[in-house]
Amino acid sequence: MLSPQAEILILAAIVAVACGLPGVFLVLRRMSLMSDAISHSILLGIVLAFFIIRDVSSPFLIIGAALVGVLTVILTELLKKTGKMKEDASIGLVFPALFSIGVILISKFAGNVHIDSDAVLLGEIGLAPFNRLLINGIDLGPVSWWIMGSVLLLNLIFIIVFYKELKLATFDSALAVSLGFSPAIIHYALMALVSITAVGAFDSVGSILVVALIIAPPSAAFLLTSRLHSMIYVSALIGIISSVSGFYLARIFDASIAGSMAMMSGIFFLAALLFAPGSGLIAKLITHRNRRYEFALSMLAVHLLAHEGTRKETEENTFTNSLIHMRWPKRFAEKVISKSVKEGLIVDDGKLLRLTDFGRSTARKVMTL
Amino acid sequence: MGEGRLSLLPRAKMIEILYNIISDYTLRNVILGSAIVGIIAGSLGCFAVLRRQSLLGDAISHAALPGIALAFLLTLSKSPLILLLGAAAAGFIGTLLVLLFTHTTKTKEDAALGIILSVFFGFGIFLLTIIQKLPTSNKAGLETFLFGNASTLLQSDVRLMSLFALMIFIVLLFFWKNFKIIVFDYSFAKSIGLPVKTINIILTALLVFAIAIGLQTVGVVLMSAMVIAPAVAARQWTNSLSVMVLLAALFGAFSGISGALISSLVQKMPTGPTIVLVISAIVLFSLALAPNRGILWDMYRKKKNRKKIRLDNTLLNLFRLSKSHNDPYHAHDLKSLMAIDPTGVREAAIELEQNGLVKRAGSRWGLTKQGIEKARSLAQGGVF
Repeated sequence: MLSPQAEILILAAIVAVACGLPGVFLVLRRMSLMSDAISHSILLGIVLAFFIIRDVSSPFLIIGAALVGVLTVILTELLKKTGKMKEDASIGLVFPALFSIGVILISKFAGNVHIDSDAVLLGEIGLAPFNRLLINGIDLGPVSWWIMGSVLLLNLIFIIVFYKELKLATFDSALAVSLGFSPAIIHYALMALVSITAVGAFDSVGSILVVALIIAPPSAAFLLTSRLHSMIYVSALIGIISSVSGFYLARIFDASIAGSMAMMSGIFFLAALLFAPGSGLIAKLITHRNRRYEFALSMLAVHLLAHEGTRKETEENTFTNSLIHMRWPKRFAEKVISKSVKEGLIVDDGKLLRLTDFGRSTARKVMTL
Repeated sequence: MGEGRLSLLPRAKMIEILYNIISDYTLRNVILGSAIVGIIAGSLGCFAVLRRQSLLGDAISHAALPGIALAFLLTLSKSPLILLLGAAAAGFIGTLLVLLFTHTTKTKEDAALGIILSVFFGFGIFLLTIIQKLPTSNKAGLETFLFGNASTLLQSDVRLMSLFALMIFIVLLFFWKNFKIIVFDYSFAKSIGLPVKTINIILTALLVFAIAIGLQTVGVVLMSAMVIAPAVAARQWTNSLSVMVLLAALFGAFSGISGALISSLVQKMPTGPTIVLVISAIVLFSLALAPNRGILWDMYRKKKNRKKIRLDNTLLNLFRLSKSHNDPYHAHDLKSLMAIDPTGVREAAIELEQNGLVKRAGSRWGLTKQGIEKARSLAQGGVF
């Protein structure tokens, strides 16, 4: 038997991976914010479905709520198609309205619906181990495992089966159309998947933090790799790390688990942004610096070569003159000269900067380029 | 729905409510506060919506939550000024991070906004749960920032909000022309040497403050609707920026006041969602019915155009057919017209007859003198 903590950890990892799978395609298709809209409006779906089905754990509840998610997408597109507003405004109009109706219904009928507005925002992943699936008296683990496990499986199957179609519709929808299948179908299927995932994860992490798990790990993966399949793996991995580290962070501070999971996913995104090899900010900064020095070293060599052996040599080929002529700041000039000496381009005898043979050939090479 | 209930109340009750509104301390604050929120968010929202930055408001309002929580944690005070400054600072940092993400890496704007709003919100929730467990006594009340609660507004809150609102308006008026140019023609603004970056920053800062002063009333979750909806509704009624801003302010104030009133008069109606429903209704109404830009208007215009084109087409076709007979009055069977274009020929012919442009003879239809003149002018007009 696993401890409740281990059960929560496993659930958190399942939720993170399940969210990241459709998230990869949302991020690539530049529709990340649709997840924000969907995750809000499914609240209305959950409340309405509950009024009809009267059973919180029914799979029909998930389907009913997911339908409202798809409805959100359709409404958003309808509003956009009127031509009266841009897409961002249409998203920003639809989901607050649906969400508001949901919140009002909950607070009006709070006694009947077993959801309160705190749970809406926070989720109750900490309570997951108390709601167990019992079949013939056999304990099969928390119900949420099975719900989120099924969602994860569904997402996996969809992505494996329709991998090619998804890839094509995402990267070249015009080609997809000309090859004879409709990107619109893939689009709505993906939206339905996001809705189902959001409804499933809603219990655990609440409506807004779902968005973090859907967008942040795939965005981090997007910075780390440029291949679709490795983006999926990396995103799943970052999702798992975020949820596990988030869980422990929450335990240390005795704070909201869902909140810290979202926080950690943001921190890992920031880490990818800073440290991604090649495209990360720090890597870019280093390349930029190196290029600047490389250029300065060549310029110094060319300058020295141009005046070498001329009457002005004693005047031109000095440290002070390189400051004036190159318009370099003093510290930068010092660094350039010491680097040049180190690389064997020049010799600094205290009065004059003299090119070495290597320096001369480097300068000539630069000039012939 | 609450509105309907209100109007059904007996007259005496109405007067009582009106009297309460004027004399009741809480209600007065609620009305003033939510009116200010609506006016400020509505007018600043116009710029956000026109600049296609609608969802930046969503990111800013969510990002403000950890600012509020941190401001409280650091000072252990619930002074509205401190919380407001915390909210604005965090909202501004969130905006800057969105810019950093999109300008320095291949992260797209939608993902950047989504990350900022959800991660900052998560951080805010993290801090709020920590605050809940603090042993201090005055920790309660920060949760109202989630969904907003206009009835928690104190006179000091309202005073602070009006002060900030006034400052926002002064800056808005002062930079009005600059903002206008930036909204409608960014590259032109740049080319005439305006400091576009600075103007951008000022405009964004105003939006951040506009959102920050609304958080206590509407809540971080739904504040974005107060930014977007009034502007979209106002856009329907006018093509002028100044009228749009005024209208948006009006819609914002109306939805703010009525939403807040309903929520304080009807049991268990949270303020933020109620306000959002009112403004959403205004948007729907404006989208459907506004003259010129309304959807119904569009449909009417489309139908009218289609009918005119069909009439003109039928007339011209008759004219062309008769030309081949060297007799402009030569009558034709409708079937020959249908051979050219089958849709709605009979209806068009009947309508043309009513207008005196076409005359029926048995089953054949021919042009009248008027009809020939009209057809000729249509043909010369180069319409077809």
